[in-house]
Amino acid sequence: MSDDLALDIQNPVMQLLRQDRIPHIWCPGCGIGTTVNCFVRAMLESGLNLDNVAVVSGIGCTGRVAGYINLDSFHTTHGRAIPFATGMKLANPNLKVIVYSGDGDLSAIGGNHFIHAARRNMDLMVVCVTNFTYGMTGGQVAPTTPLGPTQTTMPYGNFENPFNLPFLADACGAVYVARWTVFHVRQLAKAMKEGLSKRGFVFIEAISPCPTLYSRRNRLGDGADQLKYYKERSIVKNGADTKDVGLTFQGDITVGKFVDRERPTWLDSMNGHFSTHFKEKYKIYGGSHGED
Amino acid sequence: MSEIESVRKGKGTIFLRKEVCKGCSFCIDFCPTHCLEFSIEFNQKGYHFPLLARPLDCTGCDLCGLYCPDFAIFGVKIKDLEKRRTSPEPLIPAKG
Repeated sequence: MSDDLALDIQNPVMQLLRQDRIPHIWCPGCGIGTTVNCFVRAMLESGLNLDNVAVVSGIGCTGRVAGYINLDSFHTTHGRAIPFATGMKLANPNLKVIVYSGDGDLSAIGGNHFIHAARRNMDLMVVCVTNFTYGMTGGQVAPTTPLGPTQTTMPYGNFENPFNLPFLADACGAVYVARWTVFHVRQLAKAMKEGLSKRGFVFIEAISPCPTLYSRRNRLGDGADQLKYYKERSIVKNGADTKDVGLTFQGDITVGKFVDRERPTWLDSMNGHFSTHFKEKYKIYGGSHGED
Repeated sequence: MSEIESVRKGKGTIFLRKEVCKGCSFCIDFCPTHCLEFSIEFNQKGYHFPLLARPLDCTGCDLCGLYCPDFAIFGVKIKDLEKRRTSPEPLIPAKG
């Protein structure tokens, strides 16, 4: 270890974080900080004009991300990150809008917004940190909780069938669907970088441990033990059929880039449709999409 | 063999803000060369923080920096540090 003050060296991610807010509130062993680390590095490498990037979060542990990233950011009401981001994108198409939220916020409370943004192919990048539980409110059963584990509201084990989020996003028409765990940091950062350069609805699921609630109630050890489980049981299968990538309790995790395709975004479709309908009376609406 | 040649020089080092570390052990468990260890001391919050126990093994790959959920640790290659000592340019240039 050296004296970093003498060399004036700073962690490269610090330039994009609100340093007065660090240390953050996430528990020891939580993976959300690691996904933020990957996200900031992806953003620094992407070459985007960071003045034209906005981060929107919902409520929950992952919802705090918007408060820690030193960009234009907004912490919306529960589940309404995607509608807020849609409005922001359509009001100012120059922006690159990123929705960073948790599984409960995106797929339960904001589930309807999620499927409709994917259906319209709204130009957003959605990062979903899946920890299989509602962390901030005390460990209730989430729509992604697999069959079996004990939760606060399921004391004898969960019997509800979970969502398969990559399949849902793929079926609704997302142009880019990937899933990585917190163990796969380099791949996650690369997926986020690819997602930032892609136009359309980009969905990236990052599986993260919740040591305080999910792991403790099911006796799965701390965050590092969950990362070792991800290391042992993940199967990298790029281009896998999203129908087969559902998760089971402590079972195999299929990770990889599942979908990468091109579809006209909502703004492109609107411009195309009105141009044919109104001919030269219509002025094309759009911007640089954050690329400056 | 002279003494200088027999001692292998480390290729990298780590920088740590021990006051923000929460002792999650991600960096220690997933270091590719296993060069980190928990310290015996505590930080202000009562967590054991990592120490570079085997400095000669560290390659400065910065995987600990990528794993750290608390933005406390990061690795740097020695040659980049030397470059920084001789030139005033920032180590990692800010983009955008």
